[in-house]
Amino acid sequence: MGPDVKGLLAHLRLELTLLARNGESLLLTLGIPVLLLVFFANVDVLPFDGEPIDFLAPGVLALAVLSTAFTNLAIGVGFEREYGVLKRLGSTPLGRPRLLAAKTLAIAVVEAIQIVVLWPLALVLGWNPSVEPFAALAALVLGTIACAGLGLCLAGSLKALVTLAAANGIYVLLVLLSGMVIPLDELPAAVRAVARALPSGALAEAIRGAVAVGVDVPGRAWIVLAAWAIAAPVAATRLFRWEAES
Amino acid sequence: MAAVEVEDLTVRYGDVLAVDGVSFAAEAGRITAVLGPNGAGKTSTIEVLEGYRPPAGGRTSVIGLHPIADHRTLVRRVGVMLQSGGVGTGVRALEALRHAAALYDEPLDPAELLERVGLTGLERRQWRAMSGGEQRRLTLALALVGRPQVAFLDEPTSGVDPVGRQGIREVVADLRDDGVTVVLTTHDLDEAERLADHVVILDHGRVVAAGSPAELTDSDVAEVRFGAVSGLDVARLAEHLRARVTEVEPGEYLVAARGTPATIAALTAWLAERDVALADLRAGRQRLEDVFLRLVAE
Repeated sequence: MGPDVKGLLAHLRLELTLLARNGESLLLTLGIPVLLLVFFANVDVLPFDGEPIDFLAPGVLALAVLSTAFTNLAIGVGFEREYGVLKRLGSTPLGRPRLLAAKTLAIAVVEAIQIVVLWPLALVLGWNPSVEPFAALAALVLGTIACAGLGLCLAGSLKALVTLAAANGIYVLLVLLSGMVIPLDELPAAVRAVARALPSGALAEAIRGAVAVGVDVPGRAWIVLAAWAIAAPVAATRLFRWEAES
Repeated sequence: MAAVEVEDLTVRYGDVLAVDGVSFAAEAGRITAVLGPNGAGKTSTIEVLEGYRPPAGGRTSVIGLHPIADHRTLVRRVGVMLQSGGVGTGVRALEALRHAAALYDEPLDPAELLERVGLTGLERRQWRAMSGGEQRRLTLALALVGRPQVAFLDEPTSGVDPVGRQGIREVVADLRDDGVTVVLTTHDLDEAERLADHVVILDHGRVVAAGSPAELTDSDVAEVRFGAVSGLDVARLAEHLRARVTEVEPGEYLVAARGTPATIAALTAWLAERDVALADLRAGRQRLEDVFLRLVAE
């Protein structure tokens, strides 16, 4: 194994080890999605047509992507930046391409674990999916890129504690507004229009269209999602500062 | 042969000129200390050499390479210890070192290195639970694990207790035996004097003096300093020694004469007559602190 791959794997391993060691990360990436899925599937408080789980399961999958690629990434990178971790790594042979590759792979691994946990759980709760694999994968990849780009915009430009607060606050807001657990039809028309323009709203629509019975992904959702998947990383490369202000 | 060269370096932060025309060279296989008070431009200088910031002007080279243009080559041959931080709070000591080792072609053995910096027994301790001194020792180990040819150590002993400081100095001194070029910054005069082969004194972004500790402290200034009870009759003593005597601060006296055996004998005889105990006596060679304080005051 060449040193290039060895370094990449070492960094991926450290990323995953730290995530598994960090209670807040586990709560965010697994605890909350599982909790929301089980709670709303059993407690009849949300206004659904038909089986609540058929609405909830795709929404919670989108929420899982949002928590990993946006909130958890932003908080982690924000503190790495503040603690000088990124700065130190900059003087080692790891290099930015392999650092980014390791972080991307870490997100992919976590999302795979989330799907492995949430999917059977949803089936047990009575979910009846109809999967279009290509559309599902495209939604996952585009949504992850858009969310990660936005997360890095925060993490690379704000103080770590501000990033922490903002990433959590925006997360709660997006979960409520994006049609993940509350159907968009229940929201006022103006809010609904905003929600559909959000990356999280488009992600939820795309995933729902890709895995739900009798629903197609609206073309509009693909356009919104793709636009964010381009704009957010471009903004991140402009905004991102590797060193925190001292 | 110079491993690190700095020529007329300037570093600017907005309107502030942090480094203003600094030049010096660090010989290969030697320890060079960049010494100065806080805000003298030490870290700015060393961070240019590490490739972290482009200079506003001047030329720098590290083992003949450009710190930024040749960064990808240099990271394999240069070890960097930042002034603070550098490790995530939840990372364990040995884990951090193993991770760093995996980034290099021929790293040192992480467990052995941990022992060398005195962290044996703390392999599983997380960064957040380490003392300031333990954190500094781990970051030193991280800088050394890739067997660097040049090590840049930014205030390696700041915030470390005296025992820990001694341990760090031993590790740094061993680097010289291994042929590693060390450039360190410090505001600790004693450290520079004990550890360095070459000292560059910075103040307000300029080099105010440079040389070996012996050269810097070898005094052409004819003076003898001694400490004794305050309030001695300096006029009478001056008459006795045929030299000007001043009490520079209470209990600290300065005799404007060469420290010849005759002068010293006359001084001690005069004190003995009056039964005055001598607290300390320095002649010929100043302490680096005297040089430093005089230069920085000028």
